[in-house]
Amino acid sequence: MKRTGLLCGLRRSRVLRAAAGTTLLASCKPAGVLDPQGPVASAERLLLINSTAIMLVVVIPVIMATLVFAWWYRSSNAHAARSLVESYEERVEFVVWSIPALTVILLGGVIWIGSHRLDPRAAIPGKSDPLRVDVVALDWKWLFIYPDRGVAAVNQLVIPAGTPVEFRVTSATVMNSFFVPQLGSQIYAMGGMTTHLSLLADRPGEFPGLSANFSGDGFSEMRFVVRSVPADEFTAWPEQVRGAGSALDDAGYDQLSKPSKAVPPTTYRSVSPKLFDRILEQTIAGPAKADIGARWHPPVHRAGG
Amino acid sequence: MLGRLTWAAIPINEPLPIISGAAVGLFVLAVLITITVKGWWPYLWREWLTSVDHKRIGIMYIVLGLVMLLRGFSDAIMMRTQQAIAVGTAQGYLPPEHYDQVFSAHGTIMIFFVAMPLVIGLMNFAVPLQLGVRDVAFPVLNSISLWLTATGALLINASLVIGNFARTGWMAYPPLSELAFSPDVGVDYYLWSLQISGVGSLLTGINFVTTILKLRAPGMTYFRMPVFCWTALASSLLIVAAFPILTATFIMLLLDRHLGMHFFTNDAGGNQMMYVNLFWAWGHPEVYILILPAFGIYSEVVATFSGKALFSYRSMVWATLGICILSFMVWLHHFFTMGAGADVNAFFGIMSSVIAVPTGVKVFNWLFTMFRGRIVFKTPMLFAVGFIVTFAIGGLTGVLLAVPPVDFVLHNSTFLVAHFHNVIIGGVLFGVLAGINYWFPKAFGFTLDERLGRASFWCWLIGFYLAFMPLYALGLMGMTRRLEHIPDPSWQPLLLVAEAGAIVILCAILCQIAQLYVSIRTREQRRDLTGDPWNGRTLEWSTSSPPPDYNFAVLPRVDSIDAFWHLKLAGRPPAAPAYEAIEMPRNSPAGFVTAFFAVVMGFSLIWQIWWLAILGFAAAATVVLIAGWSIEREHEISAAELARMERVR
Repeated sequence: MKRTGLLCGLRRSRVLRAAAGTTLLASCKPAGVLDPQGPVASAERLLLINSTAIMLVVVIPVIMATLVFAWWYRSSNAHAARSLVESYEERVEFVVWSIPALTVILLGGVIWIGSHRLDPRAAIPGKSDPLRVDVVALDWKWLFIYPDRGVAAVNQLVIPAGTPVEFRVTSATVMNSFFVPQLGSQIYAMGGMTTHLSLLADRPGEFPGLSANFSGDGFSEMRFVVRSVPADEFTAWPEQVRGAGSALDDAGYDQLSKPSKAVPPTTYRSVSPKLFDRILEQTIAGPAKADIGARWHPPVHRAGG
Repeated sequence: MLGRLTWAAIPINEPLPIISGAAVGLFVLAVLITITVKGWWPYLWREWLTSVDHKRIGIMYIVLGLVMLLRGFSDAIMMRTQQAIAVGTAQGYLPPEHYDQVFSAHGTIMIFFVAMPLVIGLMNFAVPLQLGVRDVAFPVLNSISLWLTATGALLINASLVIGNFARTGWMAYPPLSELAFSPDVGVDYYLWSLQISGVGSLLTGINFVTTILKLRAPGMTYFRMPVFCWTALASSLLIVAAFPILTATFIMLLLDRHLGMHFFTNDAGGNQMMYVNLFWAWGHPEVYILILPAFGIYSEVVATFSGKALFSYRSMVWATLGICILSFMVWLHHFFTMGAGADVNAFFGIMSSVIAVPTGVKVFNWLFTMFRGRIVFKTPMLFAVGFIVTFAIGGLTGVLLAVPPVDFVLHNSTFLVAHFHNVIIGGVLFGVLAGINYWFPKAFGFTLDERLGRASFWCWLIGFYLAFMPLYALGLMGMTRRLEHIPDPSWQPLLLVAEAGAIVILCAILCQIAQLYVSIRTREQRRDLTGDPWNGRTLEWSTSSPPPDYNFAVLPRVDSIDAFWHLKLAGRPPAAPAYEAIEMPRNSPAGFVTAFFAVVMGFSLIWQIWWLAILGFAAAATVVLIAGWSIEREHEISAAELARMERVR
């Protein structure tokens, strides 16, 4: 992969900034946020690099000056010119306030423009119409409903490469955060609410996805895989799904919403209509309440006991 | 009768908590037996437990903070070990229900029972001395604050062996922390221990605002106060303004949990976003409650060890006050990913980076103080220089996270974990360690061992970089925080480096213990007879080491900043000052006894033993009321007595 060299170079510059030495280079392999696979993630990486660069202009001299001053003005240095009387100059004071102020003004512009351009809910321009996917965080897996295709999948998200995907995200349980590092922005999944996110994968490929907000015992395994496939392959995919697997009706959802860990990717050949809305309005049976740790509940008193 | 408390609460079948609990229990028992056998109880009771002397209270806060540092650090090394080995098919040694308690306890303990007591301890010790006064405004209240903080610490440690701690992370976000998802006592331990210690923190804030505003040596105008007092004032103002938010938020969560209300639940109109907002409306000021006094310590240390006045004292003060106000306008940056609109995110992003301006000014002022100075590299100065370098990096990554789109990909990642450890270890902790090394001779009359101090500094510095730089890289690679099991084997090398870093930090802590031990053993050779071992600039160095109960036999007159420095330049004051009778606060058992009943109350609330909780509360309240109404709170030292005591010293 020809990108490797460039990205390792980037990593190396981060290493310098982080002063972490050579140890990081050992595992130099583009991954995660540094290996964007879509326009959102690419723009965010660029912003990351630009903001870092703007600040390094100030931070590197400050670190150098600290070390140089500390070294040169050590008490044992006979060559250092000293002036121990109180010295104060307004010119210096002016510079002292202007340097961080100018940096922050510059950065403030970057923040304002970046926040608006990369608003998670902003539609991504694309050649084709966006694909709608409804995302539900469950204990501890992700449910992806394709409202226009009538199918659903757990812990796997199949999307067409080059097509914008518009996510509506909610949670049937505690707060989670829906995040595919290589595609960019994450967004919280919260019960009774929807959040909106648009992402796009440039090319076919497989990217790890995860929950980025701690949600309980099964959190570590609450991962999914994003399979970005060519557009024509994606057209055929719902057909394949419809031919196999079970239906996600109320009974199926009741089963699915029970807490479970490390759930392998599965698909559902059909989804009961309005399932997402009913989860949102909590008019469908909620997930079984997590009873881990309920050991210290007072014993249940039986009537007449 | 005993609420939810049954024998099942003691995790007999789980070796880890039982063994660690037993070890702690045996240690405590050994200490208690030693004290009893040696007959130290009367001394301890008279001189320490009932003391209302701000210096002793400060020292006890610091002891509490250091002991809890050991607890918090052992949690840290457990986490690092788990993450280093639980990769791929390996599951590590901690199941999720343990691991989740460990990281929740680590965060809670480090913020509330390590950083807070250490910072407040140093404020207690140094502020009245620097102001040139004899005590804080409300000495008995001060003792109550200390012991309520200790109550919280005790309760949190009790969760190790009786029941369990929260498994929610230290922020305890609902709905995970609601009864539906956390039915056990863990979250109740979290809430009640923080509620009780929070009262202590709030009282400290009130006490120090009053002290600094109302009690200063004659002639010490606001703009003649040492910078540490300014930062303590800013920090105390933040405590007064921010802690009530936390208390109210926790009350709402407690109402949800105990009375089935729906402030933050998923259903029935509850809104978890409100908790998150309220939590950080306290949480971000809290960051500055901790770091501002540390900035103050660096200001004192850099000026003292550079042999120069602090560069641009006034801008340092304005920067402090600027940070104090701005800290309330940035809380949303903790959750840019909640789906607020671009305008809101951009506003809070910009406000957050604006804080970098006064902070940057402070850094430049320290630099210009060092410039053309005569820098003596004692341990406190090493920590200060290590801080400036480390904090520059932590500030950079912090501003990076304040850029909302960047935060969208780094939020909750180990990059974030690395960032806040960068500023809390590199900022707050280095500051506290500098402060301890700096003021130790003042507190005990002998200096700490330099060789071991330096060793501990280098271990802290190297250990910090080893432990947290890999986490920056891992965050960029897509690793999120709080993973009990590592899904990607390519992360393991960096996690092993981080583990090595934790071990180096362990060496740092061992060096500090050794430093304390060696220094006490060799204290006769390292006596500070001058009261001014570092050629200091502020008033605390004008009295003896350790200072007498009353700090200053005659209150100093102040007519400039760096009052003691100018006093020294002008030559020592006349040898026979005119003594006047002074009034000193009497010792009071109110704090300790209140805390005893607060422990009873807290423990009963956690286990829902309502009758005992009511009794505990009534008893604690009675003690406070009695203490509040007592009239004979001072004793007088006559002028003759004072003169005699001064001659003896």
